[in-house]
Formats: sequence, C-alpha cells, structure tokens
Amino acid sequence: MTERSSIGPVEARRVAFAEPFVFAAGKALPHWELVYETYGRLNAARTNAILVCHALSGHHHVAGWYADNPKNVGWWDNMIGPGKPIDTERFFVVGVNNLGGCHGSTGPASINPDTQEPWGADFPVVTVPDWVRAQAKLADHLGIDQWAAVVGGSLGGMQALQWTIDLPERVRHALVIAAAPKLTAENIAFNDVARQAIITDPDFHGGHFYRHGTRPQRGLRLARMLGHITYLSDDQMAEKFGRKRRAGAGSYGFDVEFEVESYLHYQGDKFAGIFDANTYLLMTRALDYFDPAAPYGDDLAAALASAKAGFLVISFSTDWRFSPARSREIVNALVKNKQPVSYAEIASQHGHDSFLMDDRHYHAVVAAYMANVKT
Amino acid sequence: MTHALKRPDFDLIAGWMKPGESVLDLGCGAGELLLLLAERGLRGWGIERDPGHVLAAIENGVNVIQSDLEEGLAGFEDDAFDHVVLSRTLQTMRHTQQILAEMLRVGREAVVSFPNFAYWKNRLAILSGRMPVSEDLPYQWYDTPNVRFFTMLDFESLCADMGLVIRDRQVLDEHGALVTEEHNFLGSLAVYRIGRSGS
Repeated sequence: MTERSSIGPVEARRVAFAEPFVFAAGKALPHWELVYETYGRLNAARTNAILVCHALSGHHHVAGWYADNPKNVGWWDNMIGPGKPIDTERFFVVGVNNLGGCHGSTGPASINPDTQEPWGADFPVVTVPDWVRAQAKLADHLGIDQWAAVVGGSLGGMQALQWTIDLPERVRHALVIAAAPKLTAENIAFNDVARQAIITDPDFHGGHFYRHGTRPQRGLRLARMLGHITYLSDDQMAEKFGRKRRAGAGSYGFDVEFEVESYLHYQGDKFAGIFDANTYLLMTRALDYFDPAAPYGDDLAAALASAKAGFLVISFSTDWRFSPARSREIVNALVKNKQPVSYAEIASQHGHDSFLMDDRHYHAVVAAYMANVKT
Repeated sequence: MTHALKRPDFDLIAGWMKPGESVLDLGCGAGELLLLLAERGLRGWGIERDPGHVLAAIENGVNVIQSDLEEGLAGFEDDAFDHVVLSRTLQTMRHTQQILAEMLRVGREAVVSFPNFAYWKNRLAILSGRMPVSEDLPYQWYDTPNVRFFTMLDFESLCADMGLVIRDRQVLDEHGALVTEEHNFLGSLAVYRIGRSGS
C-alpha cells in the first residue's frame, strides 16, 4: 500500500449520547459515547454512506493514518480509500469502535457513574443487536437515514447481517465476509478457553484489575495466541514457519525453539500490551450469543425474510473457523426467500484472516459489487 | 440484441418463461442469460464454478453463487424455482443423471441445451476420420471441456429412462436458425423443456 492510494491522514471523532442505552441483557448505560472515523464525503442527498463494522479486536481506525503516528495505518486500508474496492471518491465511509470496546467508545475501562470507578466486570454484556442499535444512533447523528451498504468481516459480517434483519429500511446492501449465521460448539469452545485464560490470570481480579493498577496480560496473551492459531490455516503456518528452528535453538527445553512459537509469542505480547481484557471477554461473548435465527424457530430464512438489502457473501477456502459451508447457509436462506444475493468463495491460503489480506481476486469481487451500488 | 446474435438459444429459453417467474441458471458464466431474463422481468440466480466468470457476473450485476455443479444442488429447497436452466453445460458434466434429477427437484421445469453430436457436419468430420470442431463444439479433442458426447436421440432416451417428460423441443443449426425437419441430422444445438412425469 502506497501513500498515494491511501486516504491519507485521518482523525478520530467522538459523539456523546445523553440518553440511556439499554442493553438486550437488561442493564443500561445512563449516557454513552462512540468513537468513529469518516472518510470521503457524504453527498447532498446523504445516499452514499457505508458503515464498516469491526471484527473481534477491531476499532474505528479502518483506513488512512494519523498525522502524529503515520505507522498507525487503518486495519482495512487495503480495502478502503481512493480508487480502492470501497472507493472513498464515491462513498462516505464510517468506521466505528463498538460499545464495550477499548479504543475510546464507552467500555469496561470507562467510569461507572454509580461507583466513580471503571465498570470492569460490571459493564453490561453486549450483543450484536445492541451494537446495531448503537450504530443506528451514530447514523442518526450523522444524518444518515439509510446506508448504501453495511460491510463487515467475521464478527463485522454478523453485524452487517443483523442490520438487514433489525433495520431493513436502513440498509440497501450488505457485504457479509468470512462470517457465519451462528457459532458452532467448537467455536464457542475456543472462545471459552480464551476467556478462561483471562479469567484465571491472577491479575484479573474478577474483572476489577483497574483498581489494582494491573492487567491480566498473561491471560490476554494466551487468549490471543489461541485465537491467532485458529485464524490461520495449517497450510499457511507450514509455509510460513514449517518446523524452522530459531537461531541457537537445540536446548531440549521449553524455551522458544521453533519459529512458529516465536511468532505467536510476539503476536500475543503485542496484543496483550494494548487490548482490554474485559473487552475481549465481551466481544467473544457477543460472538457466542449471535444467533439471529433463534427467535424464528432456528429458521434463518424466516429471520432474513424481512431484509430488503442486496447481499454479497464472501468466504475463503482455508477458513476453518468460519468455513465456506457456513457462508452457504446464509446464501441458501436468502435464495430460499428469493432475495438478491451473490456469493464468492475465494481460494486463499490465509485461513480466517484472509478477509484482511490484499488478495487481488477478493478485492476485485468487492470492487465489482460496489461498482453496482448506486449512490 | 447482442445476446441473441451470440446465443440464439437464449431467445428460445426466454420465450418459455414469463415475467415474475424465478430462474436458476446452472453454469451461468458471466450472467448473459440472467441479464436477458432480468430485462424481461424475471428474477434469476446463477451458479458458476469459475472464479473469473463469477467476477464477471458480479460486474454485470446479476445474482451469482459460486459453486460446483458436480456437487449437486444441495442446500436449495425442493421446488424453489419455476425454471432451472442448464445451457450448453450438460456435456461438460460427469454426473449427468444426478444433475438432471437435481434440476427437476429444485425446479418446476428444466431447460437443457446441448450441442448435438449427430449434426451432419459432425458426422461428416467423423466419416473423414477427424473429431468434429464446429460453432457448437468449438474445441479440439485435447482441450475440450466436454466429457460427454451425445445426440438428441441419446438424450431423449435418457429422459425416457429417467421418467422425464419432454414438453418442448427446439433445434438450431450452427447459424442459429430454427431447424424444422430431420432434427437429429440438421440440428447443431438442441434446446429442451423438460418436466417431471405426472406434473
């Protein structure tokens, strides 16, 4: 990615909502804030807005970079920018940090007005429908009645799907990428191991580690290492690391001997250094709970029947966490309803993380679909 | 009507369908037939295996689902569509009977078009000792995607064996003109409209 093709320097913004936000779980925030970024220009008719939903560890910084930190490039900068698949010359793109996040929106590290301490473990459990309602408030604030498209990968794709069900009048197109209509038991199991790593860290303090001036970094590191393994593919790990030993390895011990270990430790450390443990618990729980078909007798087609959007569903051949078969469940439900949908299964080496990669065919598919999205 | 010039069978196929009906086009390529049907007020979805064709179909703004027909149509409901189309693709498929059965499971009616191996020019090529190459069989033997070579008589006999009812049949020569007699001899491309027996 070159400087010329990037959206360039961007700034995060903040919006405060004075009214309470009541979560599906029943608890409420008396007032709340979202941090977001926008790229491109909203047209006069306000018909060219795209919402980009974030995945598990995501945030609002989707494209461009910060003037005071040019290395902090948005997580989907290869997808979003001038002339890119989601073209900021045509579209007004909004990235948002979800409620419960740890990048500026109201979350577990925010102050609970009742206690004047960080919410910690008392922060309400958040669901995908909660996020959709919060994002709709952001849309209201920006004067956007209807998104030209709601776009997301993984947990972001689930939010895009939920938008089409909960607020069908407000979404013209949904791009549901590397997602699933609900998690499998295996997926929930992985999430539980990740959560247990965090919860059992002695520095977790029942989620109130803020008041102890510490953070459960070991648990968070383990959680991320586990997650990272599941987001890659066996082929990709074999190709990238094989059984390569580190220089000076051969101690017959349990220090880092293999390159893959070194890589995972690095990724785990990097993540544990910046991410909030309670947010990780909340985000994985939102994934577990996501099941839009449940209120419709487990009939996904019935859940999607009211959707008015056109859909582009994309999966990746080596994604075993959210396999192509899971995306096909969404496609089949839409076809059953005679709803407009296109589906591409991208041949890719990068497992679940493929949706973040700079794959020419994948980007061409998104660009082709977006070219037909009217503004 | 560039569609019609390139694919004379499309006009025949579209003529068997009514506005408002739903169509599943198997092996839809870049979605040319679906575009034509959309112009005529039908709702269509295509199945296509080739990633380049899927991309082209998305560019054309038609509904395309990337999938391999050899794996059948599992996931689609019984009677989900008014029509299921397989144009110039049956001869490229290994699971011939399976796909025909699947088409008439998910569709009320099926349309199948295929190059007629018994076309007189093909017969002539064989008589002169070479495999035929024509407008409708435009490949050399070593690079053809076709894996089945059959004639109209062969196909009709298979339909009878499978209990499928031929409701309509149109035959074109290699210039796209309708053939009105000696179909199996003068026909280069055959287009059939098929239903289940008893329905």
